[in-house]
Amino acid sequence: MAGTFPFLSAMIFLPALGAMLGFLIASDELVKRMALVTSLLTFLASLIPFFAFDPSLAAAQFVESYAWVPLLGIRYEIGIDGISLLLIVLTTFLVPLSILASWESITTRRREFMISMLFLETGMIGVFAAVDLFLFYVFWEATLIPMYFLIGVWGGPQRIYAAIKFILYTMAGSLLMLVAILALYFLYRQATGEATFNLFQLARLELSSSAQWWLFWAFFLAFAIKVPLFPFHTWLPDAHVEAPTAGSVILAGVLLKMGAYGFLRFCLPLFPHASLRAAEVIALLAVIGIIYGAAMALVQADIKRLVAYSSVSHLGFVVLGIFAFNQTALDGAVLQMVNHGLSTGALFLLVGMLYDRRHSRMIADFGGLTQVMPRFAAIFMLVTLASIGLPGLNGFVGEFLVLLGAFQAMPVFASVAALGIILAAVYMLWMYQRTMFGELTHAANKSLADVTARELAVLVPVILVIVWIGVYPRPFLARIDAATKGIVERVMTEAPGQKAMRGVERLWRPTAAPVE
Amino acid sequence: MSGTEAAGLTSFLPAILVGVFALLVLMLDLFSPRDQRANVGVITLIGVALALWATLRLWGTQGELFGGMILIDSASLFFQGILLVVAFMTILLSIQYVVQEELELGEYYALILFATLGAMLMGAGGDLLILFLGLEILSLAQYILAGMRHGMLKSSESAMKYFLLGAFATGFLLYGISLIYGATGTTDLRRIAAAVAERGLAGHPLLTLGMGLLLVGFGFKIASVPFHMWTPDVYEGAPTSVTAFMSTGVKAAGFAALARVLLMALGSLQGEWAPILWWIAVLTMTVGNIAAIAQQNMKRMLAYSSIAHAGYLLIALVAGQQAGFASLLYYLLAYAFMNLGAFAVVVALERRHDRYLQLADYAGVGFRYPILGLSMALFMFSLSGLPPTAGFMAKFYVFSAAVEQGYIGLAIIGVLNSLISIYYYLRPIVLMYMEEPKAEMPSLSLAPFIFAALVLAILGTLHLGLFPAHMLGLAQDAAQGLLGG
Repeated sequence: MAGTFPFLSAMIFLPALGAMLGFLIASDELVKRMALVTSLLTFLASLIPFFAFDPSLAAAQFVESYAWVPLLGIRYEIGIDGISLLLIVLTTFLVPLSILASWESITTRRREFMISMLFLETGMIGVFAAVDLFLFYVFWEATLIPMYFLIGVWGGPQRIYAAIKFILYTMAGSLLMLVAILALYFLYRQATGEATFNLFQLARLELSSSAQWWLFWAFFLAFAIKVPLFPFHTWLPDAHVEAPTAGSVILAGVLLKMGAYGFLRFCLPLFPHASLRAAEVIALLAVIGIIYGAAMALVQADIKRLVAYSSVSHLGFVVLGIFAFNQTALDGAVLQMVNHGLSTGALFLLVGMLYDRRHSRMIADFGGLTQVMPRFAAIFMLVTLASIGLPGLNGFVGEFLVLLGAFQAMPVFASVAALGIILAAVYMLWMYQRTMFGELTHAANKSLADVTARELAVLVPVILVIVWIGVYPRPFLARIDAATKGIVERVMTEAPGQKAMRGVERLWRPTAAPVE
Repeated sequence: MSGTEAAGLTSFLPAILVGVFALLVLMLDLFSPRDQRANVGVITLIGVALALWATLRLWGTQGELFGGMILIDSASLFFQGILLVVAFMTILLSIQYVVQEELELGEYYALILFATLGAMLMGAGGDLLILFLGLEILSLAQYILAGMRHGMLKSSESAMKYFLLGAFATGFLLYGISLIYGATGTTDLRRIAAAVAERGLAGHPLLTLGMGLLLVGFGFKIASVPFHMWTPDVYEGAPTSVTAFMSTGVKAAGFAALARVLLMALGSLQGEWAPILWWIAVLTMTVGNIAAIAQQNMKRMLAYSSIAHAGYLLIALVAGQQAGFASLLYYLLAYAFMNLGAFAVVVALERRHDRYLQLADYAGVGFRYPILGLSMALFMFSLSGLPPTAGFMAKFYVFSAAVEQGYIGLAIIGVLNSLISIYYYLRPIVLMYMEEPKAEMPSLSLAPFIFAALVLAILGTLHLGLFPAHMLGLAQDAAQGLLGG
């Protein structure tokens, strides 16, 4: 049944279709509803592959392949494995919630807002589904334009600066990746005489170790900026703070995952040898990011900025898990990607709701909100606990697996990273304490309304999934197992006994002549 | 032999049509009453459309005319196609604009047609003298067009600068041609190649010097650094529709001639000219992009942007070979659509006496005039090379040609330049969508002709970006015809 109907393509282009429809519908109000319906339909469509997915296979499923530019060997080729699957479902899950969260907070240019959201969704699903490197690049870049508008048009006072910084940083990485993609393509053509951008074919190419080395770093930079890995993270706090709530949710929930996904999907399988060699340096950066992000979050006065820095810290765990190269850590990393999308997405939603009421995000402007908004405070508590990894909620499973796996590979890094969890508890709970507990010191806060029915409709689905993953992660882990196993095997068999070769000092070892 | 020549003349039909219509338009202007002169533009449009149709019909023809003076091959037909598309869209832009600016109607269209004719000769010339002849026809028409806005100091300055520097460059070119003639004894492109090969002339001082002078002469026409100084002033002062033609048509013609000379006649000397062009390409991209950042005037920004694009096009030439030439063709076509589209928006907003040409005037335009805003955003994204637009595909193709030939460094410099360019291409978008509108904004008068130009440009930009296969195939055929056969 998977081969007959193009589920993936339908899912990718349904939002784009809705976006184009948005140009034609006369009333903004109607466009809003149409956007919600479209994104809900896309979510429902994504459940079909979720349940029809065969977890025992590592290979891509639901594959569709058509010639696009035959002259250059470019194909429209899509397919998903377990990792793509989870991230696609995460995307289609978060988009309708973001649209619903913007229902009343976006008051100007609503039509254009909805159109941007829908185009963005098409790009994001495409990124996770593409198997052809060229197609991947097109989708990757295509997500920039709507996000740029989301930040730049509907953002805060510094929105233009943040939007330009966002697009320039991302482009800086991805343009170098484009050259690397081309180099890889021609190396493959030289070796086999066949022109292709197909990921699986290119992964079979035997690259010289110096070629792997250079190409790896070109890809790495693009993804590291997106994740963002320390020290490439400086665009993130600006983008998050300025973006509207929906933009922040999507940015944290999905766009950052595109970077981590890139490591998993491209860096590791294409350049296993170089990945192993670079692992310690990257793990070091990840650990610095974990601690640095947490420390920065600790001192923020703006809740949104705090959550943004906590993202840097959380994504550090993901990258650490990826570059530990064992299945436990990798499973944890993928699950943590989903978890972070859910809990940080929920945090941004909550901050957005506070902002809608009070037009402030400063911790100092709040305090004692449990008295006026008890239901809001309860939900906030639950999400906070999920974010810091309380057992029984989703964050625990992912972080635990990452640390467990990472400890086997790099015990020192894992030990330091564990400090990040403690710090997370400190900054999150402290923030919670200062905003929710205590006396109602500000008069303006006395009249704040509790969560409305619409807001509950936004929050409850997220909370359900948070609890579901925390209590019973099996359906999710089962779907990623085969894919992560394939990646670990690929890296480890490619370079047996590589452990001796690794080390920070290897970075500085002069390498052979550059790619021909 | 006379039989083949007679049959061959039909293969020259596009250029003949353009020439005939140019004369026709001149006559019509003379004998038609003043208030009916707008029809002249429509007739010009018909002439160009006919020539374009003839070009498409001729696709696949191979041959030569006038003893090898004119070459009819896929490459020259492709160039003619680009140039006629440029002419067609320029005229669409002009019909309302010339009325607004009170430019002499008949002469204006005739000169555009003559310029197109010259450019077409440059695309099809098989002899240095024909290339020169084409260049002169093109340039003379352009000198006049640049200065057509009576009583405007800027316009006169534009024409004067263009003429003086153009004449100077022509001198270089002619001197280069004579030196090459001295070294090889011929001005025929293929015989030059044969002479170089047979007599082992590579490294001959006369030939090298001649080649260098040619590079200077053409470098001026395509606005490459360091021969670019005239560009911003000339582009700013000339009527906007003429600027649109200059930045796309004249550039395409210059590259057509340069590519023919370098790849056909001097192909065996690639080792000599490629390193020079490498540096010119790097300088051209970098200077163009960095200078563009500082511009406050839309036309000046597009002028520097066109310098930068000349740099990307030079990458294609440096790469050479079939892939390089094919990517050059594709890029020129893509650039024609997106740049003319951008100029269409500029023309639609511009008012008499250079009003609404500053970047600041674009504040708030995006939501006030959604069609203009969206199309401008599309063209800016395309010019900066973001997918899924023509500009991305074209850049991808050019960079891939460079990487294929081992010019990875050049490709990296190219993408870094694209990064710089994103900054200034985003500025109109920032202004249009993210700034509050000013109190005074031009009322929109989207005349049907400008609207048609916009639609054409949008379709071209999207088609070349989303479904590039067909046109890439044609470009590849053309490259094969020029270099493989």
